Amino acid sequence: MFEGILLTIATAATPLLIAAVGELVVERSGVLNLGVEGMMVMGAVTGFGVALATGSPWLGVLAAIMVGALFSLLFGFLTLTLVTNQVATGLALTLLGLGLAGMMGESFVGLPGVKMDYVYIPGLSDLPMVGRLFFGQDPLFYVSIVLTGGVAYFLFKTRAGLTLRSIGDNHTSAHALGIKVIAIRYMAVMFGGACAGLAGAYLSLVYTPQWNENMTAGRGWIALALVVFASWRPWRVLAGAYLFGAVSIGQLHAQALGIGVPSQLLSSLPYLATVVVLVLISRNRRLTMVNTPASLGRPFVPDR
Amino acid sequence: MRIELIKRPERSALFAALSPFIALGLTLVAGAIMFSLLGKSPVEALYYYFIDPLREVWSLHELAIKAAPLILIAVGLSICYLSNNWNIGAEGQFVVGAIVGSILPVMFPDFQSWIVLPLMLLMGIAGGAAYAAIPAYLKVRFNTNEILTSLMLVYVAQLFLDWMVRGPWRNPAGMNFPETRTFSAAATLPEVWSASGRANWGFVFAIVAAIALWFMLSRTLKGFEVQVLGQSPRAGRFAGFSQSRMVFFAFLVSGGLAGLAGISEVSGAIGQLRPTISPGYGFAAIIVAFLGRLNPLGIIAAGLVLALSYLGGEAAQISIGVSDKVVRAFQGMLLFFVLACDTLILYRIRFVGTSAAKTVEATQNV
Amino acid sequence: MDTTPLADRPNLLEVRGLTKVFGTLTACDRVDLTIAKGEIHALLGENGAGKSTLVKMLFGSLEPNGGEIRWNGQPVRITSPGVAKKLGIGMVFQHFSLFEALTAAENIALSLADDTAIGTIAAKARALSYSYGLPLDPDSLVGDLSVGERQRIEIIRCLLQTPELIILDEPTSVLTPQEADKLFETLERLRSEGKSILYISHRLEEVKRMCDRATVLRHGKVVGHCDPRQETPASLARMMVGTDVKNAERTTAAVRGEELLGIRGMSRKPAGPFSMPLRDIWLSVAGGEVIGIAGVAGNGQGELFEAISGEALQESADAIQIRGKAAGKLGISQRRLLGAAFVPEERLGHGAAPRMRLSDNLLLSRHKTDGKAFVGTAGVIKTSAIQQASQRIIAEMDVRKSAPDPEAAALSGGNLQKFIIGRELDRNPSVMVVNQPTWGVDAGAAARIRQALIELARSGSAVLVISQDLDELFEISDSIAVMHNGELSKPIPIAEATLERIGLLMGGAEPGHAEHGKEVA
Repeated sequence: MFEGILLTIATAATPLLIAAVGELVVERSGVLNLGVEGMMVMGAVTGFGVALATGSPWLGVLAAIMVGALFSLLFGFLTLTLVTNQVATGLALTLLGLGLAGMMGESFVGLPGVKMDYVYIPGLSDLPMVGRLFFGQDPLFYVSIVLTGGVAYFLFKTRAGLTLRSIGDNHTSAHALGIKVIAIRYMAVMFGGACAGLAGAYLSLVYTPQWNENMTAGRGWIALALVVFASWRPWRVLAGAYLFGAVSIGQLHAQALGIGVPSQLLSSLPYLATVVVLVLISRNRRLTMVNTPASLGRPFVPDR
Repeated sequence: MRIELIKRPERSALFAALSPFIALGLTLVAGAIMFSLLGKSPVEALYYYFIDPLREVWSLHELAIKAAPLILIAVGLSICYLSNNWNIGAEGQFVVGAIVGSILPVMFPDFQSWIVLPLMLLMGIAGGAAYAAIPAYLKVRFNTNEILTSLMLVYVAQLFLDWMVRGPWRNPAGMNFPETRTFSAAATLPEVWSASGRANWGFVFAIVAAIALWFMLSRTLKGFEVQVLGQSPRAGRFAGFSQSRMVFFAFLVSGGLAGLAGISEVSGAIGQLRPTISPGYGFAAIIVAFLGRLNPLGIIAAGLVLALSYLGGEAAQISIGVSDKVVRAFQGMLLFFVLACDTLILYRIRFVGTSAAKTVEATQNV
Repeated sequence: MDTTPLADRPNLLEVRGLTKVFGTLTACDRVDLTIAKGEIHALLGENGAGKSTLVKMLFGSLEPNGGEIRWNGQPVRITSPGVAKKLGIGMVFQHFSLFEALTAAENIALSLADDTAIGTIAAKARALSYSYGLPLDPDSLVGDLSVGERQRIEIIRCLLQTPELIILDEPTSVLTPQEADKLFETLERLRSEGKSILYISHRLEEVKRMCDRATVLRHGKVVGHCDPRQETPASLARMMVGTDVKNAERTTAAVRGEELLGIRGMSRKPAGPFSMPLRDIWLSVAGGEVIGIAGVAGNGQGELFEAISGEALQESADAIQIRGKAAGKLGISQRRLLGAAFVPEERLGHGAAPRMRLSDNLLLSRHKTDGKAFVGTAGVIKTSAIQQASQRIIAEMDVRKSAPDPEAAALSGGNLQKFIIGRELDRNPSVMVVNQPTWGVDAGAAARIRQALIELARSGSAVLVISQDLDELFEISDSIAVMHNGELSKPIPIAEATLERIGLLMGGAEPGHAEHGKEVA
């Protein structure tokens, strides 16, 4: 029972983690992409559709990643090349994604999906308590952990990561030094899109292998909140994602137990928790100011 | 080839006026392509979307019904966005306005008097404003990002409504359907001109609100304050304007208007509370606000355009079998094009070939 | 040291006919420039003459529209800062191109070649910094460093690339006179190592003292090449400006009236992660006098301005006295109503809203003080009244503009500053507080502004000028106080003030408060 709960927490946390780590890279480069929800839902519908058509969940995942990245390019073109307002454009991406996905997925409603198999690492997965949790998961769980570690290493241990952070801190200085601000931001935005697409595919191929229009249910927004919560640090995103995973799974179990609180009110717990956590983390203005990438959301037009 | 932006010395009045039209044109082109891909005749589809609903008087009334909440919410949002407050939770404020406004007709159905309706409207406004005050308070007091909090509260409001209509407020005589009792005549927003169609006073509220806010924004010191604080907060502080009070002002006005839209919709168009009372008006109004270039008068026109797309979606579904889901994709594209075209107001766009000599001026210097 | 005469040394850099056009403005018009090996070459010109545009083209940040650059005799196209660095051109930016949230070592690493191992940079930077007498802690966050320390990072970062030509853009504008002397020693040493230096400045004394040759720019054109040692500061200034430069005239000596602005033991906690606290500040400004506040940038001047203006409130009402009234807890509008006027350092985005018209910008600081004249019933703005008033100011201050009522951002720095100052003078304020009145302003407008400030004081008002430009302060102040590390020194009467004494205070030599203020309290 307890092991099962831990396992489902990991399943609820993984899509949040993947999407949030992607967005973290985008925001570290100084770009605020509020379109995570839209990219995620596009990934979910693509992953579902391709897996259904080909029978291969892996092809679905791959397609979702590509669609997420391509879809984020729309946002990139507007905000980076045409220097539109990043908040408004991110919203536009979300609205467009929800609209397009609803349209594309209409024929998928009610169809049984393709579920990705779990990977059992022989021997280790039989360990008591933690065996299944660490060594008997769906493959994307491992991907999410490696991704988090990889992003942490990239940002703080490599030269390219340093360059990316420098752009997020001060794009004017970076440009003066000859760093290709816009090109690097394009790459960051696409990475974020790819991650959001992957997170979406996780929802429609692992979490609940089926399609419905509202299946992201605000997870893209929660991922955005997680980045703030984690003060732009990858391992803290992981902690935050598991915390939220625990809240959403906890309320599901509470619903199943029938503790007398209406299910709708329990369902709103993850959203309320997001608000509470955001309040707690942003109370400390000094801390937020030090951690926030200084050029986050600011428009950049190079003078030539 | 790459694209370069050249800052205009002043913002271009010509493109400020033209950009929504260019965006609409581009959306139609993209829509035509989309319909062709779906295997429909683009001409026929666009006809059902944008012309057919305008051919009958009753259908113009329907247009007004759909446009009213969009305009009401969007003019409120224009105050928010102009003052750099990103309220994207209007959908939630709409829902809470509807719930609070419905307290009288649902809980006191026997209380029937001329005063019921004004009270309902006021309570709707108060409910929406109070709900919007939450992200405003969190932003001012704790510096919490209002985008995320206002959006999270949408989900909370929707779930709360769902619980209300399935639980405490379910119609005792409603065969277990998830809906409240239907409102009495005293609690129903009257039709403006019932001889020709269903349009109710909600549309009048929308027009009045738009004109009032237009006057405030363009003629008064308060409007000046909104714009200064939005464009350069430090200059606003230098002028002695309070950022915190502006946050509350913008959220309360937009929340109140969204609440008014909510109760008007429930009282005028639906006549009861149901689990879903909005086809996403609160989000579509974001598009309306930008399409109207954050100008309340422009928003009236933009609200009508978006309302038309809703009606057209229904018409196209019935006549040529295009899914009504297409509408939201359409609306999303429209916002994208609007934002892209707005670039032309502040910049000239230059396409630069691989050699700098091959410079083509894409637009004239206006 | 190479003793070959300059003319016989090979040229490192030759620029022929370099041109840059922004829209309708020709920022650089067929500029010629030659720099020999081992030469310190001065580039002179007043604000807006095209100096920065020229060096940005040399460093590859801007693309020229025409002309030729030769490096060691070979024609080159410098398409990016990367290309410039490969050629051997290094640059120390005026406003720095540093990253506050990164450490000094990371900042340095960012401008080095990709193959430099990141782990070795800190050690290299430390070694080089000590060998040039510019001590530096590679692990400290740039945001926590003083302006002088930041400049060291810029210089070391530049030197680590072992450049042949080093471009320095107004390097001494952020230094105390003593720090500037140290910088000159470093530059002399670099020259003796055979490096060339392009030195941009408008401080003629230091150009005369150190530079071998000078090129003078005016309105984007080269108006002359000269040997600065053969010229006087006055003759150099004439070349830069085109006419004789008039210093502001102090018509009569100040007659010290009553105290109109008093600061009584004011302290303030740091507002942000990288900002300066204010520590127990005392000052009294009387009617009739101009008091100048000198200091290196980032020592609390901006914080002091915000505290006096009321953009930041004090804990005690008595901390600020305006015309004898305790104003510490009053907001900026109330302080204005007491007769005070304020001009902040940043013009666009603080003193004016960039995308608003001048007439709207008039309303910015005067909607309360002139509420009756400019705002009618129900808060309706009287458009014709604000337009008339703004035309009056435009005429009075000789603001040059291209449209009847242009957006603030469309004006040049000097003209916008004249409008902003004029907007306040138009009210006849009894207290005027100005932060950096002529920063980035052309000589003509600067003279006009300084004269206006002196005249305002002589008409009986109290004027407080915060400035990093010592020449300006010596020109207009009756006494000068110095800010350092959030503390303010006693004001020194102008007759006793010397450049050296002020310079030492700017460096933090004699921290102490204005004791005389306590007697008043």
